[in-house]
Amino acid sequence: MTIETRIDRRFAALREQGRPGLVTFIMAGDPDNATALDILRGLPEAGADLIEIGMPFSDPMADGPSIQLAGQRALKGGQTLSKTLELVSDFRKDDDNTPVILMGYYNPIYIYGNERFLADASQAGVDGLIIVDIPPEADDELCLPAMENGINFIRLATPTTNAQRLPRVLQNSSGFVYYVSITGITGSSTPDPEKVAASVGLIKKSTQLPVAVGFGVRTAEQAAAIGQASDAVVVGSALVSAIAETLDDNGKASTETAGAVHDLVRSLAEGVRSVKH
Amino acid sequence: MSKPIEPNSWKTGPDENGHFGIFGGRYVAETLMPLILELDEAYAEAKKDPQFQAELEALNKHYTGRPSPLYYAESLTKHLGGAKIYFKRDELNHTGSHKINNCLGQILLAKKMGKTRIIAETGAGQHGVASATVAAKFGFPCVVYMGKTDVERQSPNVFRMKLLGAEIVPVTAGAGTLKDAMNEALRDWVTNVENTYYLIGTAAGPHPYPQLVRDFQTVIGRECREQILEAEGRLPDMLVASVGGGSNAIGLFHPFLDDKDVGIVGVEAGGRGLNGEEHCASLTAGKPGVLHGNRTFLLQDDDGQILEGHSISAGLDYPGIGPEHSWLRDTGRVEYVPIMDDEALEAFQLLCRTEGIIPALEPSHALAEIVKRAPEMDKDQIIVMNLCGRGDKDVFTVGKALGIDL
Repeated sequence: MTIETRIDRRFAALREQGRPGLVTFIMAGDPDNATALDILRGLPEAGADLIEIGMPFSDPMADGPSIQLAGQRALKGGQTLSKTLELVSDFRKDDDNTPVILMGYYNPIYIYGNERFLADASQAGVDGLIIVDIPPEADDELCLPAMENGINFIRLATPTTNAQRLPRVLQNSSGFVYYVSITGITGSSTPDPEKVAASVGLIKKSTQLPVAVGFGVRTAEQAAAIGQASDAVVVGSALVSAIAETLDDNGKASTETAGAVHDLVRSLAEGVRSVKH
Repeated sequence: MSKPIEPNSWKTGPDENGHFGIFGGRYVAETLMPLILELDEAYAEAKKDPQFQAELEALNKHYTGRPSPLYYAESLTKHLGGAKIYFKRDELNHTGSHKINNCLGQILLAKKMGKTRIIAETGAGQHGVASATVAAKFGFPCVVYMGKTDVERQSPNVFRMKLLGAEIVPVTAGAGTLKDAMNEALRDWVTNVENTYYLIGTAAGPHPYPQLVRDFQTVIGRECREQILEAEGRLPDMLVASVGGGSNAIGLFHPFLDDKDVGIVGVEAGGRGLNGEEHCASLTAGKPGVLHGNRTFLLQDDDGQILEGHSISAGLDYPGIGPEHSWLRDTGRVEYVPIMDDEALEAFQLLCRTEGIIPALEPSHALAEIVKRAPEMDKDQIIVMNLCGRGDKDVFTVGKALGIDL
């Protein structure tokens, strides 16, 4: 089954420009829904090529402290999956081009109802899903139905994904492949560009899909180095930390919060845009 | 949800992908998938390996002290005035609970797989102690993740683990209980994939854990079946065990599942009552969802966020349950009921005085159910309860609950 989404069109445009893309992650509802929407709206102008929005979950088993705390802030503020979908709809009112990918864990979707979720996500303008805890062995639960709803299901490949397993991971992947550059949780350690290049090379031998690389990228220099070896660079924990660092004493957004995220994105964008493929 | 069709045998699960009906499975991050598949393979080999089985059997006998006795609780039986009550005394095991059965099996697997570091999660600390024990015996470094709340209320076990050479990492995320400890252990495992073996303590988590933990614990039920036949010449009318994650219960129940005349009751922690959120009765008051690698009954809100739960017993303080129990509930083979904190506390004291046995708070829940049921049953009927842990670790908690400053 072939579908074309904003993700496919964006990667085609990046190929024409001959540079890697920048994928930015923020948590829906962090620190509150209105600020999250402000941040989202400013991301494309600041240089984000694709946007990942985290769906907060009480038990984020693959995430490090920064993203755990972001999820807790969002949940404390009353964020729900319905509100996250509304956030995407609101963002889409002004932007019909930037790809939006929802990232999170399975349970909130399962409780919302898989079919209902996919219909509502498609309606809201979601282009892709990254669900950390659904392996390819369970593709018929959400991955294949997502494709039928015109939504890419983006799989993670990791340093433990060996040659024997890679075909299974790639089988029903679409949009792009997300290469997790380290074994570990989000934001924990810095990836080694040389190792990343070798791994991305191996993945590219087996698929035509673009390969984005994430986990542990924090600065423009790192983004440029990882961008050399990949089609896109994902930054999450660093942006989420920028939010955390600008909150006021009561943990509420300050006047600096959205700007701090956008400034960091601008700097990261310069990093990836300095790379010519 | 319609009731699933009754199977010919309740003992055939799980299927090759780890499913018991709709429950179970392998819902983990891709980083862990190759490790879990490797474990599955190693376990399949170990099951067929007579040397592995012989080594485990020898350890069970000489290190743990198996078989554990099946004891007729005559005074309690008289006191309650109904069915005959037997205890499967796994509290007499080395380390004081049934947890050692599983830990010995898994440490042999870890050794076989060439792993060099052990991690574990613990609630009450019983699994942590058992893990630290086998790690010490086999010379592995061991890191135990334990919720901060549990570290505080189970201090004797924390010290035991330290004596045994384990490193304890208090987990402050969430409410600082078993679920948070399990999240943190999974984060460790995803980071240290090369050398680390994750020794899960209950019959839950991604396949093959629910299966292999069950298999290592069924030594309880297999012995019990032989022992009750020897003592009474027949099978019991009822089995009762407490369920947190459900490993002691599945260990007792599984060998009896196809004996249709044996009624089976699992007892959940009803905490301060099922009306609010202060309980851990996932099978009575939860609904199916996906957490910690498996689909199972979970305590959760309408948005699919997992609730913290509460129980006076740290070992039952978990918002989920092993997937096989979810399936046994749905098929109706096992009846699951809640017991409140105060009922468990009363049963705890009753056993101390009638039988001279200080039980852990976990099996005190099962005992409280027997206090309700035995008087309603005939005197020639037989109940077997898994007395899965001893109560030394709980005396401070009980003292506090009774208003006594120790």
